[in-house]
Amino acid sequence: MSSTTQTIVAARTFGSEQVSNLRRRHAYGRVFEALGLAAIMIGLLFLVVLLFDVIVDGLPWLRPQLFTEFPSRFAERSGMRSALQGTFWMMLITAAIAFPLGVSAAIYLEEYISRDHWYARIIEINISNLAGVPSIIYGLLGLGLFVRYMGLGRSLLAGALTMALLVLPIIIVAAREALRAVPSSQRQAAYALGATRWQVTRDHVLPSAMSGILTGVILALSRAIGETAPLITIGALTYIAFDLRSPLDIFTVMPIQIFNWISLPQREFSALAAAGIVVLMVVLLTMNSLAIIMRQRMRKQW
Amino acid sequence: MTVVNSTPAIESRQLNIYYGKFHAVRDVNLSIERNKITAMIGPSGCGKSTVLRCFNRMNDLIPIARTEGEVLFNGQNIYADTVDPVQVRRHVGMVFQKPNPFPKSIYENIAWGAKINGFVGNMDELVEESLRDAALWDEVKDKLHQSALGLSGGQQQRLCIARTIAVKPDIILMDEPCSALDPIATLKIEDLMRELVENYTIIIVTHNMQQAARVSDYTAFFMVDDSRTGHLMEFGPTKELFTKPKHKQTEDYITGRFG
Ligand SMILES: Nc1ncnc2c1ncn2[C@@H]1O[C@H](COP(=O)(O)OP(=O)(O)OP(=O)(O)O)[C@@H](O)[C@H]1O
Ligand SMILES: [Mg+2]
Repeated sequence: MSSTTQTIVAARTFGSEQVSNLRRRHAYGRVFEALGLAAIMIGLLFLVVLLFDVIVDGLPWLRPQLFTEFPSRFAERSGMRSALQGTFWMMLITAAIAFPLGVSAAIYLEEYISRDHWYARIIEINISNLAGVPSIIYGLLGLGLFVRYMGLGRSLLAGALTMALLVLPIIIVAAREALRAVPSSQRQAAYALGATRWQVTRDHVLPSAMSGILTGVILALSRAIGETAPLITIGALTYIAFDLRSPLDIFTVMPIQIFNWISLPQREFSALAAAGIVVLMVVLLTMNSLAIIMRQRMRKQW
Repeated sequence: MTVVNSTPAIESRQLNIYYGKFHAVRDVNLSIERNKITAMIGPSGCGKSTVLRCFNRMNDLIPIARTEGEVLFNGQNIYADTVDPVQVRRHVGMVFQKPNPFPKSIYENIAWGAKINGFVGNMDELVEESLRDAALWDEVKDKLHQSALGLSGGQQQRLCIARTIAVKPDIILMDEPCSALDPIATLKIEDLMRELVENYTIIIVTHNMQQAARVSDYTAFFMVDDSRTGHLMEFGPTKELFTKPKHKQTEDYITGRFG
């Protein structure tokens, strides 16, 4: 309020005092701008250097065999065919399990029980905590529950279930946020027409929240795609030289394959790993762009 | 030509409403006549919206709200254990202060309520009829499948009215329906209300004394006491209440002398 007044006064009278004051305030603004720019640049610089380094190392190895060949003792004959299959199917199964579960849980928590209810609060706190649990803990849970107790072995299904547990809290939190962003006036309008809670949720709340929910799901999955620790824990660190045939087959995924190659002593395998990283990164960037496009598309719909 | 029906459209008996421990409204006995416009006026916070929301159980959506007393609709207490609030709202519609069309097409805005209530007739006809009744048809007939959010505020509010009458309620509740509109859009809505009242019973909350005087047949004046609990101070035909109010507070309020 007073600063506006000062500006107006300065503009009107051009009194030297106010003008120098104004100049100082603009100077502060510019200093902050420069600091912000520097911060962004430092972050970007590291990213660009890393990217550049990886691409330079991996480029010669980004050849068709990388996608068509199984891993081999010889770098020239090595590819990540089994890892690509493993990642693809694991993500598909993970999404198929975690999406309906997570969204239903979020709908229940947001739309069906009062936020002030004591057990809603306990669940809320627990879910937030679960989202912060180190992923290796989920690996241990998966090992005990899916691999051993349910007897699924070190299978793709066990891995996908473990990953589903891992991303579930993230999906629930994101979906709840998206649901909460739907204005309550929409719900009221629908209720006032004699709609049931489910009709309101199905026809108005969910469609309005869907872009936000899907964005959250994709981001959660793109986190899972890079996870290694929980899968190593359940025993996915194996040499796979055949195509996946069933969810109960043993499997490997891209980050594990990369990890595997890096740990080999030969220089060629490091370069192969770099090529693998480039592929993984392209997949991740694609998923993230998809999330952004989806958000934009849905927003523009009306 | 309207058949004179002596039973009120809706009636509250010893209505008491609480938000948690806060006693928001006490002992409201209000009888709303059929095919009339009843205005609810009073200072901010006296519980007009709260009482209005009781007539279609919208207060049930507020977890801490609690209602005591009865609201009789066609002689039946809508707060009885056996009554489903969903069914109540099907018969008692509501138009809100801020226009809130669904972020869908104009057509879908109207069709949705009818669809979920099991409408089986010709949907196109229903949409046209509702829009005509809401005096909006001519303005939107060429863009039925465009977004409702592209309409002006006043058009949006008439769309909300059209959406409400598409489910053929008996009563329409309106909570300050013109407060977000300019004077011309306001007059349009008022004219519309005068037409709608042929077929519907309307209850409107308003802060605009001229509007209450212009448009309503009956007026209910609410006040707050020292503990901020609202109550019905005076109720009667609008002409009487505005020309010879029984209470000093009513007179002070309608003449603008109220602090
Ligand atoms: N959801 C709520 N939770 C708690 N208290 C509420 C809630 N809604 C209303 N109240 C309280 O109940 C009282 C009556 O509110 P209400 O909104 O019915 O007043 P009003 O007469 O409609 O006011 P206005 O003219 O400003 O719209 C106020 O003291 C308000 O603070
Ligand atoms: Mg109000």
